[in-house]
Amino acid sequence: MSSAVIENPNRRDFLFITTAAVGAVGAASVAWPLIDQMNPDASTLALSSIEVDLSPIAEGQIVTVKWRGGPVFVRHRTKKEIDDAVNTPLSELKDPQTDQARVQKPEWLIVSGVCTHLGCVPLGHEGQYDGWKCPCHGSVYDTSGRIRQGPAPLNLPVPEYAFLTATKVKIG
Amino acid sequence: MSGTPSYVPKSAIGKWFESRLPIMGLVHSSFVAFPVPRNLNYLWTFGAILAFMLGAQIVTGVILAMHYVPSATEAFASVEHIMRDVNFGWLIRYLHTNGASMFFFAVYVHMFRGIYYGSYKAPREVLWILGVIIYLLMMATAFMGYVLPWGSMSFAGATVITNLFTAIPLVGTGVAHWLWGGYAVGDPTLNRFFSLHYLLPFMIAGVVGLHIWALHVSGQNNPEGVEVKDVERDTVAFTPYATIKDLFGVSVFLIVYAWFVFYIPTYLLDADNSVQANPLVTPAHIVPEWYLLPFYAILRAIPNKLVGVVALGAAIVLLAFLPWLDTSSVKSGKYRPVFRVFFWLFVACCVGLGYLGSQEVSDTATLIARILALGYFGFLLVVLPLLGVFEKTKPLPASIADAVLAKTKPAEAVAPPASH
Ligand code: HEM
Ligand code: FES
Repeated sequence: MSSAVIENPNRRDFLFITTAAVGAVGAASVAWPLIDQMNPDASTLALSSIEVDLSPIAEGQIVTVKWRGGPVFVRHRTKKEIDDAVNTPLSELKDPQTDQARVQKPEWLIVSGVCTHLGCVPLGHEGQYDGWKCPCHGSVYDTSGRIRQGPAPLNLPVPEYAFLTATKVKIG
Repeated sequence: MSGTPSYVPKSAIGKWFESRLPIMGLVHSSFVAFPVPRNLNYLWTFGAILAFMLGAQIVTGVILAMHYVPSATEAFASVEHIMRDVNFGWLIRYLHTNGASMFFFAVYVHMFRGIYYGSYKAPREVLWILGVIIYLLMMATAFMGYVLPWGSMSFAGATVITNLFTAIPLVGTGVAHWLWGGYAVGDPTLNRFFSLHYLLPFMIAGVVGLHIWALHVSGQNNPEGVEVKDVERDTVAFTPYATIKDLFGVSVFLIVYAWFVFYIPTYLLDADNSVQANPLVTPAHIVPEWYLLPFYAILRAIPNKLVGVVALGAAIVLLAFLPWLDTSSVKSGKYRPVFRVFFWLFVACCVGLGYLGSQEVSDTATLIARILALGYFGFLLVVLPLLGVFEKTKPLPASIADAVLAKTKPAEAVAPPASH
């Protein structure tokens, strides 16, 4: 045994720390591909928009279209439905938003058909406000798709969409 | 009995093998010579029943997987194909489907047994926690299995359960997309669920191994809740005593299982699941499988999404903390008169919640569900900690042997023990 003075930190500490650091980076960079493979893949991401022809949708009718694997409601609202939505005071809303902020043209309401509680598809023309009612845990939405009662915390989200012509919209 | 000699192979080849891999000795000490308390009742046969059911699910499941196609367009038809075309396919599928229910029935008996007799108390805390982990894995396995036939209830269940994660602030939606492999439950979801449904039962088998290892370190609890003091007087050998009793328990259980499979195979199934999944429509009345209903009722009883989800998780996770929530040093409910009353109230809360979980939402149902949910949490968080302080327990027997002899021979019960 030599009597050499052992410095602190010594060469062993340095090797230990650098090895551990390289090991941690290595483990993380192997873990990421294993985790990320579960995210939506390229073919899923490619299906990002659809076009909907509005001409066959009668006033008062709700049509459910499939966008990104899930439902989107396209609702041709009646005058009364529009008025009910517009005249609702913001103070009565759980997730306050004006009707105007949720539509581009008042007669066409386009909202996601996924209940913001746990994802069931609400039923149209049901519930106290004649908007939607969710069969799963009873969340009630109004004619603007805003949450009014039940466990869902948020309004039905409005997807990105644009009117291509007066009777055609592109969703997504 | 303690006198049982350790394993000595008789044949030359046995000796040769044993000195290289002492596996027969392990089997012998675990399942032949292992001392079990002499006073165990039939509730103690449910461990063997559970082991049997795990094996049954694995055998029937591996066979189903030979014919099943995990694809959103073909899964539903492939299950119908199993039911109609595959030789004995109907039998294998009904065994597997009803087997899941029987498995859960057995695990609930096993768990309530553990609570009633305080089996989670020292030195069996780790044993209990391993049990809670098995229970969690079972729920995950059964949930993903239920998605596989791709009926409308499969789809709704997958949607609701995976959406629980959207309650997590900020990252919730990202987590849900990651779980789905898309923007909604779909083909990628079904494929990964099949992969995991195949994997998890083998993980359960691994944890069961640890569970039994822990059991063999601490030994079994028993209806008196007093530990073994004298192996000679308090215990009998696993074989033949426990082996035969377990086999009898499994046989009776199998009669009930077979009765379901052959006479009422669809009783526990939901008719809506015989309709193929449609992502654009949710069935009017969605209900999970019966064994998840109490938790579902707790979720629905709470009007706030995040709180509801947290309560649902807490209802399960709290079970792992039972060894510390229950502060009483007396194990068995037999000697805890107040605990016993609350225990049955707790069981009633669980059953009541289960019933309400199957009913449609209404104001009265929600109100009752709230009261029962309070009862559930109240038992775990208030009653159990306080009882340890306030309850006046009955005097414990000096030993298992004393308790047994007092019952069978009242006259000479307290005759002086032969030795000590
Ligand atoms: C812990 C043990 C297991 C439990 C609790 C369990 C539970 C379930 C449940 C509830 C279903 C739905 C049945 C229906 O609605 O028809 C199912 C289906 C299925 N399981 Fe399992 N399972 C287990 C083990 C396994 C194993 C080891 C495999 C092997 C790969 C497997 C393969 C399948 C297949 C292919 C299906 C789809 C066919 C069908 O729906 O009948 N399972 N499982
Ligand atoms: S999913 Fe709509 S209320 Fe729960």
